[in-house]
Amino acid sequence: MNNEELKSALTAVNPNVTFDETSEFMQAFVAPADFRKFMKAIRNNADLEFDFLFCLTCIDWKTNLTMVYHLLSKKHRHQLVVKVKLDDVNNPILETVCDIWKTANFHEREVYDLFGVKFNNHPDLRRILLDDEWEGYPLRKNYVDENMISL
Amino acid sequence: MSLLGAPEVNKEGEFIVNIGPQHPSTHGVLHLKVWLDGEIIQKMEPHLGYIHRSIEKMSESLSYRNFIFATSRMDYLSAHINNQACALAVEKGLQIEAPPRAQAIRILLGELTRLSSHQLWWGCMGLDLGAVSPFFYAFRERELIMDIMEETCGARLTQNFMVPGGTMYDIHPNFQKRVKESLVKIKESFKEYDELLTGNVIFEGRTKGVGYLSAEDAISFGCTGPTARGSGVSSDIRKWFPYDGFEKIEFDEILDNGGDCYARYKVRMLEMKQSVRIIEQLIDNIPEGDYQAKTKNVIKLPKGEFYQRVETARGELGVYIVSDGAASPYRIKYRSPNFSNLSALEKMCTGAKIGDLVAIMATVDLVIPDVDR
Repeated sequence: MNNEELKSALTAVNPNVTFDETSEFMQAFVAPADFRKFMKAIRNNADLEFDFLFCLTCIDWKTNLTMVYHLLSKKHRHQLVVKVKLDDVNNPILETVCDIWKTANFHEREVYDLFGVKFNNHPDLRRILLDDEWEGYPLRKNYVDENMISL
Repeated sequence: MSLLGAPEVNKEGEFIVNIGPQHPSTHGVLHLKVWLDGEIIQKMEPHLGYIHRSIEKMSESLSYRNFIFATSRMDYLSAHINNQACALAVEKGLQIEAPPRAQAIRILLGELTRLSSHQLWWGCMGLDLGAVSPFFYAFRERELIMDIMEETCGARLTQNFMVPGGTMYDIHPNFQKRVKESLVKIKESFKEYDELLTGNVIFEGRTKGVGYLSAEDAISFGCTGPTARGSGVSSDIRKWFPYDGFEKIEFDEILDNGGDCYARYKVRMLEMKQSVRIIEQLIDNIPEGDYQAKTKNVIKLPKGEFYQRVETARGELGVYIVSDGAASPYRIKYRSPNFSNLSALEKMCTGAKIGDLVAIMATVDLVIPDVDR
């Protein structure tokens, strides 16, 4: 599918989705409340079938945290970036997608570890790279560590 | 949790055994907690992060020229290809392309890297399964490639040869001659590799039907590289999204529907031959001209986001740069192949015998610094 066809198919799934086509991949912005239903629909819809989640990460924009999901369909060969803005920086919460794509399990743990985003219904939400006793979330822009040396 | 001494036993009578972080078969500091019923694995949990160096955080304060060098230390066996991914991502932001000569050099060095990485994997795989001689055979040929790297790049492992716009220097005058001489020996060695391991009855017994991963699971777990292709999932980035002129080169994507350790083994063995095929096509056809495009001293990427992926020896490496227009990236995410491949390990191990865990880990070919970053 090209971008125009994708857009109409995605709008049919959720009419509130907004699009941004300035980057390499088409970006779809979804509200946190609609997020899980939207992701499940685009995974299972036979025309869309986004079965490969190849990158899952988060960006700290200081005023909000943006979750970024890079998706690809192995069958139809089209790609999409889904973005969700989390406005509550102090207590960001989002629904998990790790039962839709199993790879999300580890990636969501990484985002929890380094950004502090909590994923509802995640089966095993623990720190993955850092110690369990670590304080703070290192990839946040306001993270301060007394041992950090700036170059 | 008892880390040393007698294994713990839980209420269900399952043994809980800790393998690693210091264990020869993990090829690095990976810690696996395994629940055992007799010798059958009931559950497995990887504990990672022993070598986490926060390369992503570090890159946020480095310039677009300097952050590339940190990536050599991620998947150190594919250092060239990691550097290439970063260089290409910066080029994508600057909207420039490396000159044809640089592209050819990049592909050549990348394929030599893939060859040497697979050779090391092959040697270690034999070692893991109790055969010592493959290790020496593999290192004999790997040494030829390491010497070529040393001559052209000045380093054997973390070459740091790719820069935004091309390569750092031109190739050494001896490069083409030495590569051609080495290829003759490497091609002969493939026959020996097959004699030593591929047809060996004990080896087949240890790998056939072991560590099965279905195609659906491979996609769902985000597996890429030979791990996915051993389950019949097409995932070669060189074919899907060609970069640096791969679209002009003839080679085959190796797929095997077996899904077991033996299938993953065969995929890597055949990939080595494809790498040789790519090198042979290019080695006499390196275009003349510049090896580096002109770039400004201080590189600033326009505001926006850029995603570049390449095929390393282990799968798809994605470099995701978010730029706010400054001289260093606002956020960098490395989508590393090993991190996703590792998450599928539990699926492959559950129900297998503890002795097979080593064989399964060997065919997933993990490089731990790439998992932890």
